[in-house]
Amino acid sequence: MVREQVAEFSVEYVQALDEEGNADEAELPDVSDDELLELYRLMRLSRRTDERAVALQRRGESGTYAPGTGQEAAQVGSAIALEPDEWMVPSFRESAAFLTRGAPVHRLLWYAMGMEEGAEVADANFPPAIPVGTQPLHAAGIGWGHEISGERKAALTYFGDGATSEGDVYEAMNVAGALDAHAVFFCQNNQWAISTPRETQTRTETLAQKAVAAGIEGVQVDGNDVLGVLSVARDALETAREGDPVFVEALTFRRSMHTTSDDPSVYRTEEQESEWEARDPIVRFEAYLRDEGLLDDDRVERITDEIEELLADEIDRAKEGRDRVVPAEMFDHVFAETPPELQRQRETFRREEGDGEVATAEEGMSGEERAAGGEVTGRGDVREDRETAEDSETSEDEEVSDRGE
Amino acid sequence: MANEIRLVEAVRQALREEMARDESVVVYGEDVGVSGGVFRATQELQDEFPEQVYDTPLAEAAILGMGVGLGATGFTPVPEIQFASFAYQGFHQLVQHASRMRSRTRGTLGVPMTVRTPYGGGIRALELHSESFEAGFAHVPGLKTVVPSNPADAKGLLTSAIRDPDPVIFLEPTSRYRASRESVPEGDHAVPLGEAEVVREGADVTVVAWGAMLHEAMDAVEDAEADAEVIDLRTVSPMDSATILESVRKTGRCVVVHEAPRTGGLAAEIIARINDDALYHLEAPVERVTGYDVPFPMFAREEAYRPDAERIRRGIERALSA
Ligand SMILES: Cc1ncc(C[n+]2csc(CCOP(=O)(O)OP(=O)(O)O)c2C)c(N)n1
Repeated sequence: MVREQVAEFSVEYVQALDEEGNADEAELPDVSDDELLELYRLMRLSRRTDERAVALQRRGESGTYAPGTGQEAAQVGSAIALEPDEWMVPSFRESAAFLTRGAPVHRLLWYAMGMEEGAEVADANFPPAIPVGTQPLHAAGIGWGHEISGERKAALTYFGDGATSEGDVYEAMNVAGALDAHAVFFCQNNQWAISTPRETQTRTETLAQKAVAAGIEGVQVDGNDVLGVLSVARDALETAREGDPVFVEALTFRRSMHTTSDDPSVYRTEEQESEWEARDPIVRFEAYLRDEGLLDDDRVERITDEIEELLADEIDRAKEGRDRVVPAEMFDHVFAETPPELQRQRETFRREEGDGEVATAEEGMSGEERAAGGEVTGRGDVREDRETAEDSETSEDEEVSDRGE
Repeated sequence: MANEIRLVEAVRQALREEMARDESVVVYGEDVGVSGGVFRATQELQDEFPEQVYDTPLAEAAILGMGVGLGATGFTPVPEIQFASFAYQGFHQLVQHASRMRSRTRGTLGVPMTVRTPYGGGIRALELHSESFEAGFAHVPGLKTVVPSNPADAKGLLTSAIRDPDPVIFLEPTSRYRASRESVPEGDHAVPLGEAEVVREGADVTVVAWGAMLHEAMDAVEDAEADAEVIDLRTVSPMDSATILESVRKTGRCVVVHEAPRTGGLAAEIIARINDDALYHLEAPVERVTGYDVPFPMFAREEAYRPDAERIRRGIERALSA
């Protein structure tokens, strides 16, 4: 009989800045002073964007929003490690990653305002992915493409601890390993999937070890330590660019509600929440920067003012765009070329609902035209003043869970 | 005895009463336990039935696939899929296993699972939280597809679904969850599956709708000139053709309403059945008032997408004027 150990594994945990902001020199990534300040500004901008977006939702000016409060270090530290032409493949809580990649705030707000305009792609950022755990496969595909074409590039995808329970996520890691896809799987373990705590998702001790079964490298990092995250993300991307995918588990905490429709007090205590308040990623990093002499009160105030000014402009711009939504555009991008039946539907819509344009006569009469005696009747009223922000449904009792999550 | 409750509470009442009646009934899914579900449909049920209500990991294929195993071996699984669009993540389990188990084992194994899931638009939700895929579910042989439009039916149909020996997908219109309080019978209340209801009698035109659209249809006929008969389909599959045909033979005109996209929608199936068995009673082509063949838009454009009373009224006018 043979009985011997044939495999063993371990998972490393990385931290560069401890909770008080003391640095471990050996783990510090190579970052210039300007870059350090930019990391700080981005984290502050993200935090404030969340606050403003939630407030807009509360006033009925916008829709469901998923704040990333508490996860700024995890997102900013990793997104900044990507090259501009490398793809970022987000889930739905990645405002901070988008901002780091240069996406304008108004586009994030448009998405929250229920506008496809907010999902338009300008740079190498995939649009938000609402179905949990589906997008890591896209990163595997992008990264496989880099392998096929021999490019020294990698894609980085974000997902949560809950997502690691979805079959697609296992498939993504496995297929990436099998096909040498240039992909980094960046899991933000924020401890909660709506009301479901991390322990309910899986029995494993770490999420990082899920990489082991796929034969790829898995590493854990303090996700509230922006410099630790940056260091790990850089290494992971370098490895992935060579065709070896990496799984990163960033340990962090969802400090706020799941989305604006959620009420965390139903399923977790204030003690649990305050435990993580002490580990705030921005407070910690600010302490470090002050120690290093890179920040003082004046500088912090200047950054604060700049952020307020930027957000005021961006929110105005978002509202202007929202007030100009043209409903008929829902027909415009279903296919590259609109098929005849869909054209017919669009023209019927324009005739009946109007959108500023009067429908033109077409071949073949629809039922509507039959009814109208073959005449094309154009109402053509302009819908520009539509009040899209009206939020009458929420005024009912039980505000929370009106939209489910 | 009857109480005035909302649709979401009627769902909860049915779950509570069925779990109390039959301990093989197991309610499970994402966030259904501790928090009571994202719409609070299962609120407090875990406290009352700790052995029958479970939170699961975030995995729809697991939720539906385990339902096959549970259901085939003596349990009565009543899983929740958090939103209907995420049933796709486990759709293969419904199509390849749950719906076929009875036929492929020549009746020796069945899957008495009821999959509850919120569906449809009108609540300004996120992307992929508003779709109406009932035609897709109805296209799966061996799977029953049920859509309640009001609190009493929600309770009565869900009760029947749970007691049904075959798999049922139970689509709960999100915009109706808290829309109104209505009278719901207390205690045992089962509304049979597969039976439509004539909710308003009329002589001039038949309007067929279900779920949230039933209410738009009722609003539309309120101010229509004609005397409309309105049918709430309730079970979209297997469909109660007899009630529709009987009505159409009487009125000679028909309008079918659904929120789902037009092409391949259930209106097409209903029209085909009318053609098969009541064509010569028709005095006008059957009208369809439906969503458009576009992905359900994000909420800034959802009002424009969804059929409303005005659009239905125009459909009725066309059916009457032809
Ligand atoms: C396939 C799928 N199932 C369910 C949902 C509903 N839902 C949205 S977010 C969420 C929890 C996600 O948790 P996690 O992956 O940990 O990410 P986090 O929200 O914490 O960022 C759930 C269940 C969904 N969007 N997609």
